[in-house]
Amino acid sequence: MAVMTYREALNMALREEMHRDPNVFVIGEEVGLYEGAYKVTQGLLKEFGAQRVVDTPIAESGFTGVGIGAAMAGLRPVVEMMTFNFALLALDQIVNSAAKMYYMSGGQFNVPIVIRGPGGPAAQLAAQHSQSMETYFYHVPGLKVVRPTTPMDAKGLLKSSIRDDNPVIFIESETLYNVKGEVPEDPDFLIPLGKAIVRREGTDVTVIAYMGMMYRAMEAAEELEKEGISVELVDPRTLRPMDTETIIKSVRKTHRVVVVEAGAGFAGMGSEIAASVTEQAFDDLDAPVERVTGANAPMPYARNLEKLKTPSKDWIVAAVRRVCNANGS
Amino acid sequence: MAVTKVVMPKLSDAMESGKIIKWLKKEGDRIQGGDILAEVETDKADVEMEAFGAGVLRKILVPAGETAAIGALIGVIAEPGDDIGALVASAAVGGAGAGSGAQKTPLRAEPAPAPPTPAAPPASSPAPAIPTSAPAAPVARPAAVVSAPAAVPAGLGQGTPGARVKASPLAKKIAAQTGVDLRLIQGSGPGGRIIRRDVEAAGSSAAPAAAAALPAAVAGAEFEDVPLTQIRAAIARRMPLSKAPVPHFYVTSEVAMDQAWELREQLNALEGQPKISVNDLVIRACALALLTHPGVNASLQGDAIRVFHRVHIGIAVALEDGLITPVLRDCHAKPLAQIAVEARDLAERARNRKLRAQELSGATFSISNLGMYDVTEFSAIINPPEGAILAVGSVRRVPVVDETGLGVGRRMMLTISCDHRVMDGAMGARFLQDVKRLLEEPLRLLV
Repeated sequence: MAVMTYREALNMALREEMHRDPNVFVIGEEVGLYEGAYKVTQGLLKEFGAQRVVDTPIAESGFTGVGIGAAMAGLRPVVEMMTFNFALLALDQIVNSAAKMYYMSGGQFNVPIVIRGPGGPAAQLAAQHSQSMETYFYHVPGLKVVRPTTPMDAKGLLKSSIRDDNPVIFIESETLYNVKGEVPEDPDFLIPLGKAIVRREGTDVTVIAYMGMMYRAMEAAEELEKEGISVELVDPRTLRPMDTETIIKSVRKTHRVVVVEAGAGFAGMGSEIAASVTEQAFDDLDAPVERVTGANAPMPYARNLEKLKTPSKDWIVAAVRRVCNANGS
Repeated sequence: MAVTKVVMPKLSDAMESGKIIKWLKKEGDRIQGGDILAEVETDKADVEMEAFGAGVLRKILVPAGETAAIGALIGVIAEPGDDIGALVASAAVGGAGAGSGAQKTPLRAEPAPAPPTPAAPPASSPAPAIPTSAPAAPVARPAAVVSAPAAVPAGLGQGTPGARVKASPLAKKIAAQTGVDLRLIQGSGPGGRIIRRDVEAAGSSAAPAAAAALPAAVAGAEFEDVPLTQIRAAIARRMPLSKAPVPHFYVTSEVAMDQAWELREQLNALEGQPKISVNDLVIRACALALLTHPGVNASLQGDAIRVFHRVHIGIAVALEDGLITPVLRDCHAKPLAQIAVEARDLAERARNRKLRAQELSGATFSISNLGMYDVTEFSAIINPPEGAILAVGSVRRVPVVDETGLGVGRRMMLTISCDHRVMDGAMGARFLQDVKRLLEEPLRLLV
């Protein structure tokens, strides 16, 4: 194990997979000469050359389409979105081509593409650059959606995504690129898609969160521990396919659920998880599932308002107290 | 093969209707004669209901939580090929009066003759009329399907109209498993929702939790209407049937309990012997005295007085929601230790509602003891058709005067209520005198 940043873990995953499989290549804005807007592709151009590290014009729909075509032809493109908010411009390519090609060609063409880049709220990136973009993609049959929380997950999940034979939406976070953690250097280290992880064992309530929200949930769990509330933290890691088995197992143990997501709550991941829990573990619930979500508003630029829009540790603590009926009693 | 009607059985003397607590078999299960089909709450206890007849439990007509009158059809056991449509349909019509008063949704019959209108979704937009375009056969199917959900609310009812219990799904599950009655619990969750900890607290200490629950419910309101439980309803129905037609008279006597107290302490100091309570001594004394006063161990039966040769004593046991009187049989033939063991077992099972039906009937005499509540004396209401009941007060330390002067003694008041149609005052007094003598010379209880 080595301690490295989330950014370095992604870079390592790309490098290892490009060494392992000559069909893997990187394409996107500023990925080559500039080495990536967030330096995830650092050193790759020098190491693998311009044929496998392709700089593009500012044309998301175009280079995503190039990627999809390359994938249909047998390559394994990793398409970088400078931020995932820009993927909106390529939504038709992703939803109507990448996701559906395998189905509509009767299985003749699969599309082994990874579309990656940072998404979700960061620091004063305002309304257009702070969106939790996973919501747009996990609704679509044919897409896998990954949100890695730790450097280790970033490496293991990106490598699994590149090796997957179908399109994977891989959304990182600006706020996590500098987070450090232990990462196995083994080039065969993989984390399978569709497997959640219990990050903290607890007995009183299951808190489900990912990315930045998981870090806040960890702080909340520590504070609640002092009050005698034992929090179990579950990180889905892959949002689609969702590992409901791990979630339900935890619910059967704690009987209470709080789902945390940075994005707006309406029809969000929290709603989906709440529905699954109700369907599969209704008789195990001792309280309704609570959602802690971003406010239903565009992200403000002003720092004080940004704070009010985004779930904090205190919001999570309050929600846990509510489902545990620990408020004021 | 034979079709077996499953009807609400008469599980106790006074039972008029029974509430299905839960079905232990579900529709489609194969049944052998003697299998336990369901648990039924009668006016006295929760009783297991046996199947008489073999086959498949084809239909459950009275879901858990609902009440049915004695003899009402509550289910059908038959072979899979048997036609039970007519039988089920007759129950849907004829059984309507059997309910507890909860809304009685027509139970769905197999052929679903009901028009689909009540369950049809409100036509907010002119939906394409399926029947005009679809062939006839598929149309019949949706009709049968829509009628099914209409029957569901009947099963969701809590048995008492307008008293929906709010409980978490987990709390409901635990309550069903442990037999805790959610209606008796005050929830501590939001809006008074019953959550797991409430059920678990009630399950571990049923009486205190329920006792605490009722006063707590009065938050600002001037009063609340607590629905009668089955057992409370039975008491309310039966006691006027005693007090009004049965002419009671009362005889009271004070018993010196000093020796009995000392004897009891000696007995309880013996290793390996069951603990003896004051009530056990009273039971034993009554059993012996009733043998010599058979006129008190008697019952009015129309034109005759039935005098019993065996002594079966009903022992009143207080529950959180009422009173129950399990019967200790053949007390006259049982030594004190056996009476102590059996009485304790009956009382414990009474509190857990685990008595069998036959343990609740057939008493020839009853004893009600409020001694643990620091009661000097009281008089009890006779439990017909018995002829008498003895009310036992506390053993008190009181000043007494004897030959040597003023001293401290233990005294207990006994009051017998007698049915004047069966016996007279002197008869009751002589019986009480003997009970007093047996307790004051307590070695007589051991021989």
